[in-house]
Amino acid sequence: MQIINKVMAWARRKSPWIIHFNSGACNACDIEVLASLTPRYDIERFGIQLKGSPRHADVLICSGPVTMQQRDRIITIYEQMTEPKFVVAVGTCACSAGVFEGCYCVEGGIDTAIPVDMYVPGCPARPEAIIDGVVKLLNTIK
Amino acid sequence: MSKMIVPLGPQHPALEEPESFTLMLEGERVAAATVALGYNHRGMEKAAESRTYVQNIYLLERICGICSHSHSTCYVQTVEALAGAEVPKRAQYIRALIGELERIHSHLLWLGIAGHEIGFMTLFMYAWKDREIVMDILEMLTGNRINYGMNMLGGVRRDITPEQGQKVLEALDALEERTEYYKNVILQEQTVAIRTLGVGRLSREDGLRLGATGPVLRAAGVVKDIRKDDPTEVYNELDFKVATDEHADVYGRTVVRVTELMESYHMIRQILRQIPDGPLSVKVPNRIPAGEAAARYEAPRGEDFHYTRSNGTDKPERVKVRAPTLANLAAITHMIDGGFLADVPIVIAAIDPCFSCTDRMVRVKDASSGRDDVWNWDKLRQYSIEWHKKRGQDLGYRI
Repeated sequence: MQIINKVMAWARRKSPWIIHFNSGACNACDIEVLASLTPRYDIERFGIQLKGSPRHADVLICSGPVTMQQRDRIITIYEQMTEPKFVVAVGTCACSAGVFEGCYCVEGGIDTAIPVDMYVPGCPARPEAIIDGVVKLLNTIK
Repeated sequence: MSKMIVPLGPQHPALEEPESFTLMLEGERVAAATVALGYNHRGMEKAAESRTYVQNIYLLERICGICSHSHSTCYVQTVEALAGAEVPKRAQYIRALIGELERIHSHLLWLGIAGHEIGFMTLFMYAWKDREIVMDILEMLTGNRINYGMNMLGGVRRDITPEQGQKVLEALDALEERTEYYKNVILQEQTVAIRTLGVGRLSREDGLRLGATGPVLRAAGVVKDIRKDDPTEVYNELDFKVATDEHADVYGRTVVRVTELMESYHMIRQILRQIPDGPLSVKVPNRIPAGEAAARYEAPRGEDFHYTRSNGTDKPERVKVRAPTLANLAAITHMIDGGFLADVPIVIAAIDPCFSCTDRMVRVKDASSGRDDVWNWDKLRQYSIEWHKKRGQDLGYRI
């Protein structure tokens, strides 16, 4: 059993599939997440691929504060992902609601809706910071 | 043939942002489409009322990360008009410079996304690789890749040195060469032509009737550009053409955007040549005299409109924003109707939608009874659940 677990952890570490979800962001973090997939930063060298369906993904990358409309959607998407699953909050808004703190339609950071494993601050978070966050998260998978 | 309802969004691989489209299908063709907005509504106009004029520059810059300079410039223009501040010429030139660089980054980004939507991933990777050139320039000039924070009331925050100007010119040469290549790809590559020619048609009359703006309208042959129609001082002194096309479809929109890229390079060269010496800003008081002002700005996506009303304190009484995507949304259902389901993502992408710009609040007034209720969240939510259930679209979201 132990060997199987080790092999699975190794496979997970080498090819995590991510899904990106905008829970009310201003778009800046979203384009930086996309930029980290493109040739200059090329996050695919860590085996990371962007997927369209939450059911295929291991890591949920969220950007933006959680708006009231998006709260249910983000929980649904989180529940649709298979275990084990990880959540990365990209950008200051995703960490703590940022400049939108106190807006009537904003609930707060991502952690007000779902548990978060890694926070990447920045407005917007640079692609280097996003890669750093994701790689640090991968190193915690044992 | 039986009809089928397909939801698209709010989370969908083809949409970078949350927005919900409901498509009624007859076979492979779309018979009717509706748009549901508001997933990105954060209440920024209300938030702006409780922040000072200076704080609002940074808040409103975050309406949208891609056209952030457009929104902040448009907002400071209204406040400067209220305060009667005369912005120095050099500051205006620097604003125009950042504005055009932003247009380049936005259009290259769009070109990549369009490539992605038509399954032309090479174009996506190429365009985004070249976009990094302009991102480097923006970072050098402003200190941040996105959300530049360049504007302040009465001027700009940073100067540009001649060495920086030289670096911008070098980068423009590289970008111009690449854009020539993209132009050839778009004009000659079969993959692009097959997926875009005749797709998402919007005629000149329909475009004007539905209030479309920006490249969507210019692709239908309408010469409409705020930089020409309602220019600031700088754009009056620059020589440029408004890019238009007669195709009136996704192909035409692509051609318009690529042509605009070339015009922007041309304009930046003129800006760097003509930029006068002088101060960077004038002092604007914290308390703005009472009054109201509006400003228009040609954002990469079309006409951006800001309105500010002041009551003589250091906080605005009302701020209203109308972003270009909202103007184009009425046209989008028209463009999708009758088309293939597989073409829907590229038709939506072709207006270069930016839903975080769009999601402002609209107060609903019942026209027949004149009733003007303010709905609270629970009431709105209950209404939404019932609305969807009635149409058989209950997707099992938790209640």
